Amino acid sequence: MTIDPITLTVIQSGLQQVCDEMDLTFSRAAFSPVIAEANDRSDGIYSAVDGSLISQGATGLPVFVGTMQYSTRTLIEMIRDGKARAPKPGDIYIVNDPYLGGTHLMDVRFAMPVYRRGEIFCWLSNTGHWPDTGGAVPGGFSASATAVEQEGLRLPPVKLFKEGKLDDEIYAIICSNIRVADQRIGDVKAQAAALLVGEQRLNRILDRYGDHVVKEAISELRTRAAEQMRANIKLIPNGTYTSVAYVDSDGVVNEPLEIRLKITATDDELEFDFTGSSKPCMGPMNSVLATTLSSVYLAMRHIFPDVPISAGAFEPLKVIRPEGTFLDAQYPRPVSGCAAEVSQRIAEAVFSALVEALPDRVTAAPAGSSGNFALGGHDPLRERGYVMYQISGGGYGGNADHDGLANGCSTIGISKAPPVEIMEQQFPVLYRRYALREGSGGAGLHRGGFGLDYEVELLRGEATASFVMDHGRFGPPGALGGRDGKPNSVEIRKGGQTIVPEHLSKAQDIPLRAGDRVRVGTPGGGGYGDPYKRDPALVAEDVRLGRYTQDEARSYFGVALGQDNWPDDDETNRLRLAASKG
Amino acid sequence: MSVEQSQVAGIDVGGTFTDLVLFDAENRTVRLAKTPTTLDNQAGGVLNALDAAEADIAALDLIVHGTTTTTNAVLERNLCRTGMITTEGFRDILELGRRTRPQAYGMKGEFKPIIPRDLRLEVPERMNAFGEEITPLDETALAAAIKTLIDDDCEALVIHFLHSYANPAHELRAAEIARDLWPNGNITIGHALLSESREFERGVTAAVNASVQPLLRRYVERLADTLAERGFKHDILVMNGNGGMVSARHVSVEAAKTVMSGPASGVMAAAYTGRRANIKNLITYDMGGTSTDVALIRNAEPAVSSEIEVEYAMPIHVPMVDVRTVGAGGGSIAKVTAAGLLQVGPESAGATPGPICYGRGGELPTISDANMLLGRLNPARLNSVPGGPSLEDIAKVFEEKLGKPLGLDATQAAAAVIRIANARMADAVRMVSVSLGEDPRDFALFAFGGAGPLHSTAIARELGIPKVLTPSRPGITNALGCVVADLRHDFVNTVNRPLHMLDIDTVHALFAEQITEGHRLIAKEKIKLSATQEIYSVDMQFIGQTHLLRVPLPGPKPTIEDLQSRFEKAYFDRFQVELPEIRANLVNVNTSVIGRRPEIDLSLLIDAAERKPTLADAKTGSRRVWFDGWHETPIYWRDHLPADATIDGPAIVEQMDTTIIIEPGDRAEQDHDGNIIIVLGGAK
Repeated sequence: MTIDPITLTVIQSGLQQVCDEMDLTFSRAAFSPVIAEANDRSDGIYSAVDGSLISQGATGLPVFVGTMQYSTRTLIEMIRDGKARAPKPGDIYIVNDPYLGGTHLMDVRFAMPVYRRGEIFCWLSNTGHWPDTGGAVPGGFSASATAVEQEGLRLPPVKLFKEGKLDDEIYAIICSNIRVADQRIGDVKAQAAALLVGEQRLNRILDRYGDHVVKEAISELRTRAAEQMRANIKLIPNGTYTSVAYVDSDGVVNEPLEIRLKITATDDELEFDFTGSSKPCMGPMNSVLATTLSSVYLAMRHIFPDVPISAGAFEPLKVIRPEGTFLDAQYPRPVSGCAAEVSQRIAEAVFSALVEALPDRVTAAPAGSSGNFALGGHDPLRERGYVMYQISGGGYGGNADHDGLANGCSTIGISKAPPVEIMEQQFPVLYRRYALREGSGGAGLHRGGFGLDYEVELLRGEATASFVMDHGRFGPPGALGGRDGKPNSVEIRKGGQTIVPEHLSKAQDIPLRAGDRVRVGTPGGGGYGDPYKRDPALVAEDVRLGRYTQDEARSYFGVALGQDNWPDDDETNRLRLAASKG
Repeated sequence: MSVEQSQVAGIDVGGTFTDLVLFDAENRTVRLAKTPTTLDNQAGGVLNALDAAEADIAALDLIVHGTTTTTNAVLERNLCRTGMITTEGFRDILELGRRTRPQAYGMKGEFKPIIPRDLRLEVPERMNAFGEEITPLDETALAAAIKTLIDDDCEALVIHFLHSYANPAHELRAAEIARDLWPNGNITIGHALLSESREFERGVTAAVNASVQPLLRRYVERLADTLAERGFKHDILVMNGNGGMVSARHVSVEAAKTVMSGPASGVMAAAYTGRRANIKNLITYDMGGTSTDVALIRNAEPAVSSEIEVEYAMPIHVPMVDVRTVGAGGGSIAKVTAAGLLQVGPESAGATPGPICYGRGGELPTISDANMLLGRLNPARLNSVPGGPSLEDIAKVFEEKLGKPLGLDATQAAAAVIRIANARMADAVRMVSVSLGEDPRDFALFAFGGAGPLHSTAIARELGIPKVLTPSRPGITNALGCVVADLRHDFVNTVNRPLHMLDIDTVHALFAEQITEGHRLIAKEKIKLSATQEIYSVDMQFIGQTHLLRVPLPGPKPTIEDLQSRFEKAYFDRFQVELPEIRANLVNVNTSVIGRRPEIDLSLLIDAAERKPTLADAKTGSRRVWFDGWHETPIYWRDHLPADATIDGPAIVEQMDTTIIIEPGDRAEQDHDGNIIIVLGGAK
């Protein structure tokens, strides 16, 4: 029997709807702002046989594209090998072990089997970023951790819900090992509720079309998603495309980590080869395999957003396992930086490699950092401890259509930054500025977007500041002749002195007192195309709006401006001609 | 007394047409008109509509007007030159936004702030989060900034300071200084429209208000003058996005509230119609040529939200009827993807070139074309386009573009387009209701717009919705919304206290203030009311959560226990989760004060004299229509249906402004107001 294409489309959107409703339920019921506001979560449907991805919610955090299929596959294998308990209807497993198909410890996965007539039809799984899972520092992002044990509590797959009932003994162990545990029950219930809603909706589809038809549709959709991705890949001429991307340092050893990528396009397949990338590192900038794969997938989806997310779409993307590099970390390497930072460097490597082959689709490099600044301390006024996170955007890369977006969110996220007013309500800080970072966009025919420039002052008590950012050493690369965006900058002003962290974008526990200030400039996006070909009127407009100075207009773009910032055509021509000869 | 406000005109300006409904209560007549919208000055179309209805303007008691002046200005960025003065260090708040991107996947995208960077100036001043002054307002710098903006030809001014919701003193003082210097009254202060934290949202709301204010002011003044010249003796009333109306004299002060007023009035009409039909839980389904608007009505009250984003990174945070734009319209294009799957939308043929059947040069297959091929739309319409396409031409396109790659003939391809479009729209409607915490099966579908009643029963079936209501004049629903609209004022006060630390007297006092202020504002408008009504609610959450859940209250004097139990119940209904471990937090106290207008008799919308004695008399013919196979299907003219008509599907009811599909197995009945109510599976 073959399914008609119309039923196929209807089942496809039905499965998508199941995942979207799980996403919605999870976010609306969740407690952590990270999940409820920032949507740092994802939900999907996975094959009963090998855990491969059937469908995933459209609003899931991009970095989770593809990760859960590895954790589900590992779970299925562990059950088969007797390393995890056999499932029963109503069971929900919890797991956050990064090496078992995960990201970092804070991304906690739930997985639930869906039974039809006594057999497992498929798995539903979701990931939610918990605000804390224990470990050396609140929130889990320790820039100086050297082993995973310092990063938090690690859970192998165990049944948190047994036949529908929460196992309060396991839950008690978890609560005894994490900070602000009393609110976690809200997230746990929300995460489980999302799976139950998914099961309900999925059963309705199965009842309506029949298990057999849906099963057939799933396999057909997988084939077709692969075909769609293959059709896209054919746009890339056969050949090899290379790039190098740099992580500033691992936070412990102050040396850059290299991601060396060689992409080989052969007809309708792409091979990703990371051979020659840096060895596993001491600090937390290691990536586990699932995250590395997922980063490749999400980069390709940024390039071809129309291919539905399913295992089929990933089939033509062959990633050679980067064994022996920091992109395939093994126990007990620390990994807290993989989801937020290394993943974005991997995506950047993919963009940089393919921008020449796909100049209309791929942009110059975006800021590509989550810009994590954590301030932990004690507020004497409120008589309580706190941990504040300032996550920031940066400039996006210029592209064939237009200049890059200013202050865009991380490549792997889609979340909103908290307002200054909310931060000041909750924490003893005062922002002195929160502004466009002038001059930061990489020059180009279409320039990069601008980063963010903020300065924050500690008002009361003492605190420690930690930074997990990147692109401090080298700015996001320009493309096709465009210049790099400005690198990330961090300055700490205390006691009349200005301190720049040794690792530039990473530092751990810098002590601050009331009156001390932290100033951060996030990276500008890379420029796209020759800046000397940019319309002088657009350069003049940017200067008039205070985004660049007249000097920058001259040196970056070869545009001379007279009084009132009108372009001086003769001088501009002279500058540009001299450059082209020179 | 009874003759007072007996002649009421509702006039809605839409993108293409200006619609008018004129109720004459004394003579028990209704007049309707539809004239082209005059884009440069909407007043022209308004007068044309009044003339087309042969209205005696001098005899009109009330004109309620829905205008898209501000909507168009915002969407097309045809804004007045506006300057902003803000806290030192923060002039880029409007440009930085909340650090997102326009879509989850794809690293492209642009964003243009409402006020350009060179017109955003900073002055030294600062409050902290407790509302304490950190830096005093530098009045000299402020005056200089104001002068700079005046010299820069700004027509409107925004003053937006950090933490002004906590202490507005600096904003108020700055406004005082500005009023002496600014050449006109177009000054918006940040906390006045929205006194809540979140500087980006508050700032954008204020900036939108300022930059449309002069436009709206000019427009309503010109309209009022023109109508006065024609003898109109009263104030015009203008629709707001919350579904209430305010007098034209006051409307521009809070101009931002009119930005989403068009869709809101349609929903108000739906709520009103539903209440009279005793169907109080409705999902409105307004499908037009390019998009579809969906809203939810519970117990005859439309859902209202204060967190509407008009487009990417353009939040307007004032209470507005929560209308969501979803998926497809009649012009949505069908194509076969690289994966060999049929896809409908999101690309649309729009109004030009439009679907093939419009005969304006459209060459791609759309939903409307599929309806035409399947006999659901009247093919006779094709003949009205000189040199336009024939049914065969359309069939050829479906065969070429869709049929061949899918292995289907033209008819099957058209049926597939309709099936997929319906499934997609049903999913979208479901997401809207689920995101508002409701199961669509508990609602009836209210179908309007040109294409709504073509698809509504199929969508209802997908969603398990038992009934579909199509009002008697689905094409003028927004104008009807103007006629039935109430006076309405919404109040929100933030408390933000855990229940166990809450002083309930403060809550009672806040409710009391909100009630008093609402009644005061309503008394200011000289409008005859049949009743006033208050609607109370609180916004609550569990401590540690960021989302709010709105909990309706029956009265303004709840006890703490009352709040706790109502919240727990609302939370469980919504999420099926109980959290006895965690305490609850009361965030906002809300009151809406509503001045109800005298009842309008909607049965007058279809002239009783037009109705024929039997169903057979109302039949205009029959044609082949596709419902999983061809069916010879009777066609009826809506205005001719006898008052007690009952029609079993398959059948089609045509009228001037829409086509209603009654599928095989369904039964349509008319109620006392002339609404057609289709009961799914109700045919005997």
